[in-house]
Amino acid sequence: MRFLLRRLGFFVLTLWAALTLNFVIPRLMPGNPALAMMARFHGRVSGNVLAALEAEFGVSTKASVWDQYWQYLGNTLTGHLGVSTTYFPQPVTDVIRAGLPWTLGLVGITTVLAFILGSLVGVVGGWRRGGKLDSILTPVFIVTSSVPYFWVGLMGILLFSVILGWLPSDFAYDNVLVPELSWSFVANVLQHSILPAATILITSIGTWILTMRNNMVTVLAEDYVRMGRAKGLSSRRVMVDYAARNAMLPNLTGFAMSLGFVVSGAILVEYVFDYPGIGFMLLQSAENEDYALMQALFLLITVAVLLAVLAADVLTAVLDPRTRTQA
Amino acid sequence: MADTQTPIVPGNAATLGRAAGAAGGVTTPPGPARRRSSGGAVRNLWVAIKSNRKATVGAILLAIFTVMALVPGLIAPDDPESEAFPSSAGPSAQHWLGTTHYGQDILSQVIWGARQSMVIAVGVGLFATVISVLAGVSAAYLGGLPDSVISLVTDVFLVIPTFPLIIVIASYVKSSSDTVLIFVLVVTGWSYGARQLRVQALSLRNRDFLESARVRGERRSYVIVVEILPTMTSLLVANFLGAALYAVLTAAGLQFIGLGDPAANSWGTMLYWAKDGAALQTDQYLWAIIPGVCIATLGAAFALLNYAFDEISNPALRPVRRPRATRDS
Repeated sequence: MRFLLRRLGFFVLTLWAALTLNFVIPRLMPGNPALAMMARFHGRVSGNVLAALEAEFGVSTKASVWDQYWQYLGNTLTGHLGVSTTYFPQPVTDVIRAGLPWTLGLVGITTVLAFILGSLVGVVGGWRRGGKLDSILTPVFIVTSSVPYFWVGLMGILLFSVILGWLPSDFAYDNVLVPELSWSFVANVLQHSILPAATILITSIGTWILTMRNNMVTVLAEDYVRMGRAKGLSSRRVMVDYAARNAMLPNLTGFAMSLGFVVSGAILVEYVFDYPGIGFMLLQSAENEDYALMQALFLLITVAVLLAVLAADVLTAVLDPRTRTQA
Repeated sequence: MADTQTPIVPGNAATLGRAAGAAGGVTTPPGPARRRSSGGAVRNLWVAIKSNRKATVGAILLAIFTVMALVPGLIAPDDPESEAFPSSAGPSAQHWLGTTHYGQDILSQVIWGARQSMVIAVGVGLFATVISVLAGVSAAYLGGLPDSVISLVTDVFLVIPTFPLIIVIASYVKSSSDTVLIFVLVVTGWSYGARQLRVQALSLRNRDFLESARVRGERRSYVIVVEILPTMTSLLVANFLGAALYAVLTAAGLQFIGLGDPAANSWGTMLYWAKDGAALQTDQYLWAIIPGVCIATLGAAFALLNYAFDEISNPALRPVRRPRATRDS
């Protein structure tokens, strides 16, 4: 229980740090970029919106920085995230709601898939250390994990869209279609997701394989594994129930964090494929100086990661008694 | 005396274990870590690189890129900035990799681009490692409240999503120079290493050789720099390599989306212009392929070395020569 309380405290603290970063960064920059943004939006947006934006960035208000800070915290915590200037006059929350499903669908599924596949290969590779699978795959995946995500995407487009012409290279569905729940639309969406999904899978699976393999190797040297063998249990039982179960534990937090990062989308992959998800939106807002949207997205991503880490902590505490006694 | 010798080993049994063995016959005065660390560590590094195949490949690749970064003018056939050549030309005797849409020689751009990636990689690697050491080792050594505070800060930095944060910062800064880029990457990249180093240093805290330094009345800074750090050489190297890999990939990503300096000569920026100039749609494949291959190769060099040093500092991970010994029969 104390362990969980401590993690909860950490959660609140980190959230506060992220909120404060959001508040401080624009104010630290020379020549106040928000001021420049205001100048451009004068006349284009209504007085109300302008006032809200001014309050958010502390431009031309007479309130002290301290008061602005409290106002900002209050606004954020009550869900008043402001109005997007790119998608004016839509509130930021609506804009995000439109992009979230695309990201969750694409990145979420591929992340889970990468974790499961990678862990399986890693378990077998670690079990048969020095075997064929291990000695070929390990170096290969060290190399693939250092290939830039976005470039793999570019190469995918080059090969399958430009040269072969098999797959579409941008957006989540054909522009002429209207989103609806029909077979043809779903098929179109799936077709559009193959390249980005494959890109994410190829570049992220290596990390899981390598960490799982190394965990396995460490765990296999433990006494309880030898014990299992001495008892005459089948290889499969020792591998799965004794070694793999324990080797999985350290990876849970990593998996949780990557689940949290699902919300941020594979930013660069979404950019390469013009996929209308959260990551693409974040880049767009950064480019268009849509600071309200950008800050809200950053917060959303941080909260998602924090929640995921918290969940992993709870799960680890349930699965691994050792962590409970340590706390 | 024998007691002050052995405790130095546990940090990284492989490299320093050999050092202890080599120096074993010589009688050493108290505080042997100092003398052994400088020359011995370098020699052991060399031996380690030669004996591990992953490390050898990584080191050779890294050496090639270092030469490119140091003297690009001697290797590159043309001025990378010059736009005097025919636009979008295919490979020819004059331009081995062809030219860009803007009439620049691709080969020259690629060679000059190495410098920027190397500067960022080495810069971030060094500074991030220094901060990791400062935070991680002092947290472990000081213990108590300072440890709690430093660890908490480290954890916060570890959890805050890095790439989105960098995008937020970069969007406020506008076309970041190399200095800004290095600064941002260091701020966002030090925490992982700090955590690892803290764990390692914690395991050393109650060793005899540190106790003897304390009894001798050495200052804390002396103990940390001269007694503790040399025992963690391979971990520090691994840390540096990890941070460098992170820097190469992240910087390339930022430049690719146009948040770097668009006038700079770098691989990421080349890809940015390649996408901007619709290189894929206009048959200028090499323009998009080559810079990516370079980023990947440099990244692979760091990753291979990093993995090799993991194997060196954790003997359990090393490839087994006789698989039957560990496999079930």
